Parts: sequence; C-alpha cells; structure tokens
Amino acid sequence: MSLTDSQVERYSRQIILKDVGGIGQEKLLASKVLIIGAGGLGSPAALYLAAAGVGTIGIADGDNVDLSNLQRQIIHFTGDIGVSKAESAMKKMQGINPDVKVNIYRERICADNAAGIIQDYDFIIDGTDNFPAKFLINDACVLAKKPFSHAGILRFDGQAMTYTPGNACYRCVFPAIPPKGVIPTCSQAGILGPVAGILGTIQAAEALKYIINKGSLLTNRLLIMNAFDMEFRTVTFKRNLKCPVCGENPAITELTDYEQPACDISSR
Amino acid sequence: MNTYKLDITKEHCPMTFVKTKLQLEKLNTGDRLEVLLTEGEPLENVPKSSVEQGYKLIETVNVGGTIHKVVLEK
Repeated sequence: MSLTDSQVERYSRQIILKDVGGIGQEKLLASKVLIIGAGGLGSPAALYLAAAGVGTIGIADGDNVDLSNLQRQIIHFTGDIGVSKAESAMKKMQGINPDVKVNIYRERICADNAAGIIQDYDFIIDGTDNFPAKFLINDACVLAKKPFSHAGILRFDGQAMTYTPGNACYRCVFPAIPPKGVIPTCSQAGILGPVAGILGTIQAAEALKYIINKGSLLTNRLLIMNAFDMEFRTVTFKRNLKCPVCGENPAITELTDYEQPACDISSR
Repeated sequence: MNTYKLDITKEHCPMTFVKTKLQLEKLNTGDRLEVLLTEGEPLENVPKSSVEQGYKLIETVNVGGTIHKVVLEK
C-alpha cells in the first residue's frame, strides 16, 4: 500500500510525528476499530479516529438521537433527532474522511451479539453508559483476547484504562457490577459535556497508539480525572490472578447478560 | 548502499519535510537521499527535522542561486 498525494497532505501533521510517519499511517489505514456506543464517549472517539484515517470503523448503537443527547454527543446534530445514532455517526465520519469504511450495528451490545461483532476488529472502544454493558464488553474482549479501552464518566469525573491480553482487565479492578442504586446513572446525576469529550478523546488516542505500537498505553493503570478542580492522576494496579474472567481459574467462561437497568433505558 | 534523489523545491512547509520523511523511511540503513530544496524555511528546517528523527546530515551544497542539495543518510 502506498499513500496517495491527497492522503499525504491530509495526514501530513501526523506523518511528521517521529512515531507515526508513513509507516504508522499505513498501519492506521489498514486497521479496524470498533466503537460501542455513539454517545458522549463514542462521538469524539469516532470523529478523531475517522479524521486520523483508521481504515475501518465499526459503530454500534441501538438508540436514536434524542434532543437531550446533543449537549455532549457532538457527532449528532439537531437535524439528526430521531435518526439512528449509528447512521448519524457514520454520515459524519464519512463526511470528515471518505477514506474510512464505516460498518454500522444498529443494536445494543448483548451476550448474543458481542463476540460476533468484536471478532472482526483490532481494537475496541467501550463508549457505553451502563455497567452491564461495560462488564459484558470486558468479558467479551478478555475471552476473545481483544484489546479495548474502557472509560466511564459521571458529573465532572472520568476514568479510563486500557486492556491488552496478559495485562489487568476491568474486572481485576472492579470485580463485579455494583448493586443498582449505588452509582447513579448519567441521567440521574448529570454529566458535563467536555468530560465526555476528554475521556472519549483519550480513548481515541489509546486506539491510535495501540495501532502504531508506540508509547505507553493505560495498561495496568487507571487514569482518574476531575474537571471541577481539573486534576488528573493515574493509579497503578496489577492483574488479579483470582480475577473472575482473566484469572487463573476463571468462573466466567462464556458471555451472559448481566442484570442492572442501564442508564435511562426506560426513558428512551 | 544506494543514493536516491528528491526535488522539493516546489513544496511548502510542512510538505517539504513530509515528502522528505516519506522517502527517508523507504531507504535501507546506509542509503542516502539527495534532497533539492530552496533557501529559507526548507533549508533551515528539513535538515534539522531529519536529524531530530534519527537521520544523518552528510552535507549541504549550494547548487546554484537559491537551490541547495542536502544529503541525508539513513
């Protein structure tokens, strides 16, 4: 594969980077990234990955665009209200960069479809807004040995970590879904739009670094940020050998749908 | 060891270095690239950026008027 003149110009600012170059750009164009959730996290992730020339981007979301989404889900516009989020996101990505092939999945991720959807991708971005989906994505990626980026956001707070096979997974840090009501959902507690933007953008950066195989990922580290006081810190942790999914004697060997109502499902 | 040529006299920043870098990446270790470029920004920045990214600057020669030849080695 060799870059066309227009590709060289389009990607010139990242080709200049010592750690990207034409070689890294060709890797990006050949790569496949799946974004689960075209919401607050998935919006900036999708826009940046499309702009960077990730060759194939999958976007999975079963919802339609709602007026209350637009405060933070920046890939969707007012005119998209009522349209499938996956389709709306696809149009924007293709508008930014016609080099990108977009696959859309107009469905909510669940035990029956997760393994089938992730299997075609090199890296997965968890942009979901609820614990059952987050634990399912972790388990699906661990079982399929797929790297993924986790992020979670609430009010002014955000966190992110990256899993690659052999390193700590989400369950090593958070072994089980918190009981219903312990952690409020975004619809109950609120979210500052830019917090979604910051974390989704961090996820895009992790995906790009993984693809070009440069830099240090957020593996065995949890990045924690608070936008109210604007503080970032990372906490290191180790793989838990007793982890229920990636440990030495895992209790979880197949996917199941977890109980706990997802963030504002009933209000959609 | 081979020597290749590249003319970036009609390019502007940052495409001057982008095109140089894309050619340098394709070289084998020990190969050289002779880059024709103009005075000013390209002459100041292309050799400097190439060295920063790990390539060797062998020489810079004025080949007439405002055109210079910069020889880089991988």
